[in-house]
Amino acid sequence: METAQPTPVIVMQPALSPWRLFWQRLKHRKIAMTGAWILAVLYTVAIFAGFISPYRYDTIHDNAFFHPPVWPAFHGLRLAVPRSQTLPGEFAYRNVRSDTKPLHFFVRGGEYKLFGVIPCSVHLFGTGDDNYPVYLFGADQFGRDIFSRLLYGSQISLSIGIVGILLSFSVGMIVGGIAGYFAGPTDTVIMRLCELIMSIPALYLIISLRNTFPPGMSSSQVYAMIVVILSFIGWASMARVIRGMALSLREQQFVLAARALGQSHLKVIVRHVLPNTFSYVIVAATLSVPYYILGEVVLSFLGVGIQEPQASWGNMLTAAQNTEYLKNYPWLLAPGAAIFVTVLAFNFLGDGLRDAADTKSD
Amino acid sequence: MWQYILKRLLHMIPLLLGVSLLTFLLMALSPGNYFTALQQNPQISPQTIAQLKAEFHLDKAWYVQYIFWLKNVLCGNFGYSMAYKISATSLIMARLWNTFVLAFCALIIAWGIAIPLGIWAAVKKGSWVDHACSLFAFVGLSVPDVLLSLLALWFAASTGWFPVGGAESPLYDFMTPSQQFWDHVHHLILPAIVLAASDLAGIMRRMRSCLLDTLRAEYVTAARARGLGEGWVVYKHALRNAINPLLTIFGYSLASLLSGAFIVENIMAWPGLGRLTIEAFFAKDSYLVVDTVVMATALLVMGNFIADLLLAWTDPRIRLK
Repeated sequence: METAQPTPVIVMQPALSPWRLFWQRLKHRKIAMTGAWILAVLYTVAIFAGFISPYRYDTIHDNAFFHPPVWPAFHGLRLAVPRSQTLPGEFAYRNVRSDTKPLHFFVRGGEYKLFGVIPCSVHLFGTGDDNYPVYLFGADQFGRDIFSRLLYGSQISLSIGIVGILLSFSVGMIVGGIAGYFAGPTDTVIMRLCELIMSIPALYLIISLRNTFPPGMSSSQVYAMIVVILSFIGWASMARVIRGMALSLREQQFVLAARALGQSHLKVIVRHVLPNTFSYVIVAATLSVPYYILGEVVLSFLGVGIQEPQASWGNMLTAAQNTEYLKNYPWLLAPGAAIFVTVLAFNFLGDGLRDAADTKSD
Repeated sequence: MWQYILKRLLHMIPLLLGVSLLTFLLMALSPGNYFTALQQNPQISPQTIAQLKAEFHLDKAWYVQYIFWLKNVLCGNFGYSMAYKISATSLIMARLWNTFVLAFCALIIAWGIAIPLGIWAAVKKGSWVDHACSLFAFVGLSVPDVLLSLLALWFAASTGWFPVGGAESPLYDFMTPSQQFWDHVHHLILPAIVLAASDLAGIMRRMRSCLLDTLRAEYVTAARARGLGEGWVVYKHALRNAINPLLTIFGYSLASLLSGAFIVENIMAWPGLGRLTIEAFFAKDSYLVVDTVVMATALLVMGNFIADLLLAWTDPRIRLK
């Protein structure tokens, strides 16, 4: 006796691409998304640094050396900034509560170039009067607004990580891919070179590399130099890992198939071997960005990187090395806090990306 | 075992040669040398400078300089520091010792705190202890050495509990040996803690994940099934196996300590190798820069060697390779 079984209905779900799956796993990680949002805000602020900062990075206020932070407060319904007064005979500032000036938005101020090209002089906020300064994070030893310098500095610190990663990772991937794909003597030579670079403690190598560049370079040359120095060191560790992956990938059948179809070695490496390492590379890149940011900070801090009056998070911290300054004007450490937040955000995001890329954990 | 040690030692020779050759090449590429500044001085005649240059072989090609340098180094002579006007060997050895003391103390502090914390976090997985430790790890991994050193300076300057930088008090020479020792320790505490803090988080996280991995193993379940106490299971069975993979990060830990020490030394005025490198760099004392880089590398390579030996000692599978 046979009863007709109802034929099962197979509903075809559209297959999700690996990248979509990756994104879906990432979306549910709160810490990673927090990191991503912090970074999005930081990068947006860096792009509009000239507009958001009330002053230019090199605007010097003679009467405001080490001015403490001044925040606008509500006076009635308007945000206003108190007048700052130096006490006669002593080196201290006092806010005159009764004498305030309202904070204006879209106020005219120092000239700057938006996105580096469009000349502009409108600032997001300001008072337009130097007697009523708005120093969110105080002023430095030249009476320059630390908040404004922080924003200008973020353009350097935040971009150097991305540019450095792009350079060193492309070199590392190509070289590592070549070493792993060809194996044999090519591999041996390249790997010995990597070992050589990686066996020198990073900062010692950075300083001896810095030694090879002449003093008195323009600021864009210095920027390029820092990227080159940091990438010179950074590519080696990347190449080593990629080489290990390429060694196993070269045995796969799709590589043989690509070769059989007559593709050149270089094309096989770039089009077939390297794309299989991308998920690792993206995670590694995110976790390595802090290394480049900190590299710039250390070089500029030691006075051999970005030069004054150009602002960078590293050279702003140089002033804090003076213990007398540090004791009396702790707001000089503001760039340190900025570095901390940025690095923390990259670590949050990188950690989440690593978990999301690890398909075995589900 | 001896064969393994010998093999590793022989492996170090070409590496150190390569490093010295690379740093020498970089030095040769750098514009100007110590005498470029001296030439501006009208009190020093060009003949004197030429004579001095010949004495230091600075008038020859870089590979000739390298051979002279190598010959001297092999006899234990690191040359003469042009900027300090004393033998570079004694200068480097004094600084190397300071860096070694700093890194060693930091190593003890970091591992001494990280291992128990990591075990605690793993045993109490999911509790507030675990969460606090993981938050602490994130913060510790993200706070840059530069900021931490500056904060320590700030702390020292505002409380006055610790000396602000340096390795000894101005009155050091007039102290009794025991006073000198405690003075040294007093100066060492803050830099060592700062240096340790930057390394602590990574080790703790690793310890936690290693122990969690072993606690999931079947022999741990078996030990529990036999009715052994939880403390016995964790410390006698799981921990011994969990410690093993940690030895592999011992080498990385050393590398990061040496680079970290570079920053801490420069900010907190600890007279170590990193500070000497920067001083030599600014004085254009090129030979001294090369010497310090090679010494720092040697320190790191030796550290890695010891880490590998420890690993081979605890894990017999490695010796076979």
